[in-house]
Amino acid sequence: MRGRDTEQKEGTVIERKRRGGKGGEDEHQEQEKEKMSYRPGMRKERRAGEREQRIIKNQKEERGTRRSREKLKNEIRKSTREPESLSPEELEKLKEAVDERKKLIQGLRGKPWSMKKKLVTLRESQEFVEKYEGALGKGKGRKLYAYKVMMAKKWMKFQRDFENFKTACIPWEMKIKEIESHFGSSVASYFIFLRWMYGINMILFGLTFGLVMVPEALMGRPYGSIPRKTVPRAEEASAMDFAVLWDFGGYAQYSVLFYGYYNNQRAIGWLKFRMPLSYFLVGVGTVAYSYMVVIRTMARNANESGVGDDNSFNFSWKTFTSWDYLIGNPETADNKFASITTSFKEAILEEQESRKDDNIHLTRFLRVLANFLVLCCLAGSGYLIYFVVRRSQKFALDGLDTHTWWERNEVNMVMSLLGMFCPMLFDVISALENYHPRVALQWQLGRIFALFLGNLYTFIIALMDEINLKREEEKIVKFNITTWEASLYNSTVSENSTGPPITIQPADVPRGPCWETMVGQEFVRLIISDTMTTYITLLIGDFLRAVLVRFLNYCWCWDLEAGFPSYSEFDVSGNVLGLIFNQGMIWMGAFYAPCLPALNVLRLHVSMYLQCWAVMCCNVPQERVFKASGSNNFYMAMLLVILFLSTLPAIYTIVTIPPSFDCGPFSGKKRMFDVIQETLESDFPAWFSKVFSSASNPGLVLPFILLMVLAIYYLQSTSKSYKEANVELKKKLQTQNEENKKKNKRAALKAQMDLEEARKAASQTAEQQKNNNASLQDQEGETELCIKMKQDVFNHGMKRNIQCKQKTK
Amino acid sequence: MKIFIVPSIISHRLQTISVSAVFLSLQDCTFFTRKEILRLHGRYHELAPHLVPMDYTNDPDCKLPLALIVNMPELKENPFRNRIVESFSEDGMGNLSFNEFVDMFSVLSETASRELKAIYAFKIYDFNVDNYLCKEDLEKTLNRLTKEELTPEEVELVCQKSIEEADLDGDNKLSFADFENMITRAPDFLSTFHIRI
Repeated sequence: MRGRDTEQKEGTVIERKRRGGKGGEDEHQEQEKEKMSYRPGMRKERRAGEREQRIIKNQKEERGTRRSREKLKNEIRKSTREPESLSPEELEKLKEAVDERKKLIQGLRGKPWSMKKKLVTLRESQEFVEKYEGALGKGKGRKLYAYKVMMAKKWMKFQRDFENFKTACIPWEMKIKEIESHFGSSVASYFIFLRWMYGINMILFGLTFGLVMVPEALMGRPYGSIPRKTVPRAEEASAMDFAVLWDFGGYAQYSVLFYGYYNNQRAIGWLKFRMPLSYFLVGVGTVAYSYMVVIRTMARNANESGVGDDNSFNFSWKTFTSWDYLIGNPETADNKFASITTSFKEAILEEQESRKDDNIHLTRFLRVLANFLVLCCLAGSGYLIYFVVRRSQKFALDGLDTHTWWERNEVNMVMSLLGMFCPMLFDVISALENYHPRVALQWQLGRIFALFLGNLYTFIIALMDEINLKREEEKIVKFNITTWEASLYNSTVSENSTGPPITIQPADVPRGPCWETMVGQEFVRLIISDTMTTYITLLIGDFLRAVLVRFLNYCWCWDLEAGFPSYSEFDVSGNVLGLIFNQGMIWMGAFYAPCLPALNVLRLHVSMYLQCWAVMCCNVPQERVFKASGSNNFYMAMLLVILFLSTLPAIYTIVTIPPSFDCGPFSGKKRMFDVIQETLESDFPAWFSKVFSSASNPGLVLPFILLMVLAIYYLQSTSKSYKEANVELKKKLQTQNEENKKKNKRAALKAQMDLEEARKAASQTAEQQKNNNASLQDQEGETELCIKMKQDVFNHGMKRNIQCKQKTK
Repeated sequence: MKIFIVPSIISHRLQTISVSAVFLSLQDCTFFTRKEILRLHGRYHELAPHLVPMDYTNDPDCKLPLALIVNMPELKENPFRNRIVESFSEDGMGNLSFNEFVDMFSVLSETASRELKAIYAFKIYDFNVDNYLCKEDLEKTLNRLTKEELTPEEVELVCQKSIEEADLDGDNKLSFADFENMITRAPDFLSTFHIRI
């Protein structure tokens, strides 16, 4: 493409040189005439006049080209009699002329001429080249050029098809575009975030399903072969009940879905698949992958937001490049109109916000007051949660039956009430702050996040209490098993001294309470109840409300749609937080319940469709439509915090608590990470474990950590200095642009004044010269020339300034 | 669009077309290949079968009126369709001969150069054809883009800001130099100013 451009440019330059004769001047004079004769408000006349002028121009062009053609023919006839009798200079000239013509033909596509002119020029040039190419040798380049053009076209077509394929692979693109065009980019950013989460969960699902669940299901011992894989005798009767299954007990509990089912056999199947190692590594891998993805996305967003922030032509670009000429479908066109209108409104809002200048001191005071109130609120709710949890622990020790329903469910109720009322309170307080809507959304998100951290805290405390309880129970069961085995042995010895070995049904073996499965179950139950709550709130809060408002409006005293309650707006902050906390739960529980990512994939899939439908059907666009920050880094930052917080408990339990003795892939080990040690000793060559153990020597690890800290500090300081340099350069560019504009304006005004003066002088001299006829024409010509020169200088100066501007940009 | 092409190709095959020199020379004057030009001729013929001859050897002089061309599916939803056709017509009223028809789609095709597109974009958005984009031109463009959903104050603000951003010589309207300077930097100009046929 670039080659063609330069060819075109050369073509035009050469063309202009060749047209140096009469044709060029004609056009220039015509342009002048058009400029001088412009009068506003005479459009119709001008159109007719334009038409006439165009016809005249065409005739002139034809005459001009005919003239130049004839001139050329005469020249050539004079200079060439026969091809052989040409002198070398004339041959050179002819070659040059032929080359020029060829270039002209190649560059003809890109010329903004009318088709008629193009066709005429083409015909002439082709005739010329054909006639005189014979004198210089065969023209080879044409076929190669045509081949090159065809290959370039094919490559472009392939690229376009590939891009289309890639975009077609991205799911829900049309849905999100439709939502974006009606509701703006902030609501659409939630759905884009949802889709991104869906992608991550698909990968996590792939890992857990493919490397943990499927090998155990296919190659491990089947159901019922060993105690841990069988439903205990006591629970058998109710194992298939729907209520039990819904609670993830019964057959659901004793399946690949939970930790307890997995056998601690070191290698299973003919592949010798290392099941415990795989389980451990997949658990570590899911966390590592999530960290990598979140941090990489944050880095990419940071890069994009820095570079593509060119706001210099915001409104012009929106006006002239926003309509997509490819649209041929009326519905798409409607969406595009809506989206363009929304985009303009967003830009107008940004512009108005940037123009507001308030009383800074009052605003600052109000903001400090608002933050103080919010902190009080958070501290109060934190203390309330702590108090309630302490009380519930005391109740649990007393025994649950001695208390009322409220006291039993106190923690849940308090959490739910806080979750309902505090966000509304924060919303009211934020009215004091008077932030840009996007910034206000971020503050709101941050505050509700802090509130929900309390929620997390209670959940984890409750879980730890349960785990400790189960471990106590385990000790008792271990003791009981030894006595039970002893009793069995005694009974057999007393019957038969050399009897066959006793076969006991796996379902009858006394089982220890598997605290890991219990933890997994808790998480799964939490996710399910969370999902149900969200969907029911959606249906009742949004859908039912919309239906009521729509249909009761006919028979109600006041206008339901305009006043209270009216249709609801889409709650971006609440939904985003719900999504983030949900993902945190998944990360926490995925180690103990490998089925969680699968469940989450299903949940996100359904959420996407349900929420897309609900938004289009029951919600109205927000009143102040604002543009979501293009980087989305705020959501990523919160996600990162939650990821860190949710991996802490999991790591703590893995490292400190010993695994259950009779369930899970790590049963029998002292600590879960012992499996790594075991693998290193038995599966790797001897020197490897030596290297590893020497590498984990504190003498090496501490300096390594120190080095990493130094590297982080250095990188951070360099990035800060780059950012500052960037800001400085941008400021410089801006000031230079403004200066250029001012200079241009001044030059334009000056040239205009000069022009006026020259014209006045010309008219004066013209009047004077009316009496003296002799030198009339000369002087007029001179002043005309003067005016023309000044105009030329003015135009030339303009062009030069524009070029300078382009260079500096 | 493909459904339209099949019958036209069939009708082409049934009648004997003499591929005149004009068609072949159009290859050099536009960004289309011979096949595409033949296909375009089919589309042009479809618009008015009784007006457009199949035989182009004698270079006939037939022009189709604006109303017919503007109803093509590629142009029907475009808010600027009238201006597009008018900019490419010789008489300025929107009557296109086949050469101009091909020229129009060639400039709007994917392979046309940025400079060429900028020239014609300027012509299209210049509603009063005075070689400047003045405030009224911008207002008209904006109203067509938003289907008049913006309030007059908002329209005023946008037009004023656009002129402020792009005007270099300080005459409160955009000349071609201003427009070109602004549009060549636009990242999605090439991808939006593009009709596929």
